[in-house]
Amino acid sequence: MITLFIISLLGIIALLAEILNFRKLLPVITLFGILAAIAASVAEWNNPMIIPAFNNMLVFDNYALAFSISLCLITFLWFLMAHHYLEIETALSDHYALILFSLAGAIVMTAFGNLVMLFLGMEILSIPLYILAGSRKTDLSSNEAAFKYFLLGAFSAGFLLFGITLIYGATGTFQLSQMNQYITQHANEMPAFFYAGIILIVSGLAFKVSAAPFHFWAPDVYQGSPNMITAFMSTIVKIAAFAGFYRLFSTCFASVESSWSQVVWIIAVITLLLGNITAIQQHSFKRMLAYSGISHAGYLLLAILAINTQSAGAIFLYTLAYSIASIAAFAVLEEVFKLKGNDGISAFNGLAKRNPLLAFTLTISMLSLAGIPPTAGFFAKYYIFNTALSNGYFWLVIIAVIASLIGVYYYFKLIIAAWFKPADDETLIQLSFMHKLLLVLTILLTLALGLFPGYILTLFS
Amino acid sequence: MIILLLILFPLAASLLLVFSGKETAKKPAFLISLIELAFTFYAYYLIRMEPASSALSFNTPWIASLGINFKLTCDGISMVLVLLTNILVPLIILSSFSKEYKNSNAFYALILFMQMALIGVFTAMDGFLFYIFWELALLPIYFICLLWGGEDRMRITFKFFVYTLAGSLFMLVALIFLYQHTAGPAHSFDINALYAAGNSLEAKPQAFVFWCMFLAFAIKMPIFPFHTWQPETYSTAPAQGTMLLSGIMLKMGTYGLLRWLMPMVPIGIAQWGETAIILSVIGIIYSSCIALVQKDMKRLIAYTSIAHVGLIAAGTMAFNVQGFQGALVQMFSHGINVVGLFFVVDIISSRTHTRDIAQLGGIRNSAPKFAIAFLFILLGSIALPLTNGFIGEFLLLSGLYQYNAWITAIAGLSVILGAVYMLRFYQNSMLGETNALTAPFIDLTSNEKAVLIPLIILVVGLGIYPKPLLDLTGPAVQQLINTVNVIKP
Repeated sequence: MITLFIISLLGIIALLAEILNFRKLLPVITLFGILAAIAASVAEWNNPMIIPAFNNMLVFDNYALAFSISLCLITFLWFLMAHHYLEIETALSDHYALILFSLAGAIVMTAFGNLVMLFLGMEILSIPLYILAGSRKTDLSSNEAAFKYFLLGAFSAGFLLFGITLIYGATGTFQLSQMNQYITQHANEMPAFFYAGIILIVSGLAFKVSAAPFHFWAPDVYQGSPNMITAFMSTIVKIAAFAGFYRLFSTCFASVESSWSQVVWIIAVITLLLGNITAIQQHSFKRMLAYSGISHAGYLLLAILAINTQSAGAIFLYTLAYSIASIAAFAVLEEVFKLKGNDGISAFNGLAKRNPLLAFTLTISMLSLAGIPPTAGFFAKYYIFNTALSNGYFWLVIIAVIASLIGVYYYFKLIIAAWFKPADDETLIQLSFMHKLLLVLTILLTLALGLFPGYILTLFS
Repeated sequence: MIILLLILFPLAASLLLVFSGKETAKKPAFLISLIELAFTFYAYYLIRMEPASSALSFNTPWIASLGINFKLTCDGISMVLVLLTNILVPLIILSSFSKEYKNSNAFYALILFMQMALIGVFTAMDGFLFYIFWELALLPIYFICLLWGGEDRMRITFKFFVYTLAGSLFMLVALIFLYQHTAGPAHSFDINALYAAGNSLEAKPQAFVFWCMFLAFAIKMPIFPFHTWQPETYSTAPAQGTMLLSGIMLKMGTYGLLRWLMPMVPIGIAQWGETAIILSVIGIIYSSCIALVQKDMKRLIAYTSIAHVGLIAAGTMAFNVQGFQGALVQMFSHGINVVGLFFVVDIISSRTHTRDIAQLGGIRNSAPKFAIAFLFILLGSIALPLTNGFIGEFLLLSGLYQYNAWITAIAGLSVILGAVYMLRFYQNSMLGETNALTAPFIDLTSNEKAVLIPLIILVVGLGIYPKPLLDLTGPAVQQLINTVNVIKP
């Protein structure tokens, strides 16, 4: 609860910074503020008296707190990475405020106790991102990205809202706890439009997590937006949307699983195959990451489908591993992009000679995304497979295994380019202290999560 | 704790080498591998004196909530392979002394890292840990082939990587599947729990587990028809890489078959073992025939390796004491012989700058010592009595004979065919008239002698006196077979 207050307050401070003219202090205030927010969540951990805030609108149980910590951590890393980008942008305080408000929306999505809050959280998360996607005002592709994102985002919000309405019509409540009670009591006599409502909600959320066939916006938006904004979109939005997805489905719709599991099954298969196969053909690293992001949504859907005691831990670990690796990849991309002015895979040729730390970070991050031990990505993937297999989704796991083999192909393209292809110029790349810190942090976190995931899993048992 | 030391020492050394940034890493790396060898001999001494010594196993919870333990045990079966690894690694490092590799500290660090992972594979007694080491062993060899390999290496090493990763992922699925059938509610990855789980399964899931795991091991060895990555990879990898791949890494597959598959799913093996044995035997004949017409010597040795390993796999799957013991002895012998052969090939090709057998001839006239050393290794490889190869192949064939005489007869052809192509290779390269290429052939240098002499001692020594190896493996194999019989419902 306090975490949400702190983050919202930070957003307001960022706006005030423009008026009261202390913009220079903003980065420091934000970084420490986020750390304080993490500390607040830790302090609330295992609170036996979960105080339902605002008439049960928000429930900060351990699940919500864990995801809030994860979101804050990723945002913290993001600020380390984007620090430089934000400095050279003119509207510094606006950027800070928008990002922080977006984070607040994400936190609401992890902790909603009422469907209205789910919708509000999603809008608070998305609207700042529509603006940020178009923040390069003179750049045509940035404008295109913002426009596409906004239009399709509005559609998905419409789907979600329509679904919520239908479910309200069937159950007579917005409250998750009451809804759960109603559904379990009347599991066999729900009207047809209730199921239609579930499918609409699935569609709305599939838009947000960029699962096929609702993924068409993702590559264009990712490519058109400024690099740093893409990094934020592909990590925070995915964590928040999956946290919300699982919270809703595990509390309310677990008892009517058979009505939606087939739909999600099909979505997962299409997402896995389409994301991975299309990623192979990409020449732009950013576009490749967009498709890889789509395929990772497919793996995460396995955990949603399994919907058992391990699912929450699996989703948490996977989103965290994926986000850390993505942040690392974007950090390297930004450095290369600054020098070369393009994000083609060939721009990474000979990176190892120009800066070994960058190349090493890229390697670890790609290994993690590809799911090779001993990185976090491997354990997360293993745990997802384990979760899905324990519910008997045998063929789905086989498909996921094949998909991750395809994945190896394009992730390794980067490793090969960085280490084995000759560079066209061999000047060394200098890194700022902040960036070095970030790169080392991502490497350490990726390895630590891969080697000692037990500590994370105990949080969810 | 010696077992932990065996793993941590090369790991620490490899990290040190990387971060030292020194270009001349040959000698430190060699020294490290010698110290490691000394530890191994100590472990061997322990296992002979007090097999139940607590120093030979290590167990601590790793991810307790999932029943994953960091459990290592070195019994007789593991010890054979640990010995093989740690004897070969110093020799492989020594064999590179005449070469100058770029970024040599990274090269040797990768070799040591691989050594660590291999020992992990051979001693892990926890399914999850086994899988982690299994994958960790793949990464260094991938980079060794990619960074220091020959022509067209990017495509070939990539094919190799994806091929083996495909196999391992199916193994992972099988391991998770077994894990979920261990006695609940707290599942466990412990090898004995997995055995019990596998044995309690119905016929159909057992067949599934069998194929998933067999695929992983068959690709690694490789067994026909999963071998297509192997000749290319062997011939493009740098000499040391090829030695690591064929000498040690291949044994991951045969070891996995013996330890992780055979006791796991008896019904699956009863159903499908014959198919797998027939595949192995087809591979023996098929690769022997290709070897007969092979002109490139490195590829020739690569194909002989497929033939030998096919026999090891077939003997293992015959599922009896002779077969198992023969497999272990032959794993050890094959490691020694194939490393020797690849080293010989490397010596010839680095002096004559060709790998085409037809262009060679008469090397014996210019380099008699080399010719003798080559002959010893070759005789071991074609399993002449009183060489190490004979003991292994004899046990394997007798094990296989108890299973099926006809299959044995066909598999036995490999011995004859092996003699044909190897002797022909020797004849065409060593004997006959010297030509412009082979006339200036320099005889063995002292470094090369230092590699070949220990190998020859092992070839002949184990051929005449195989008792240490048999004593080491005997009780362990018996114990493994007893475990299976106890679990059998």
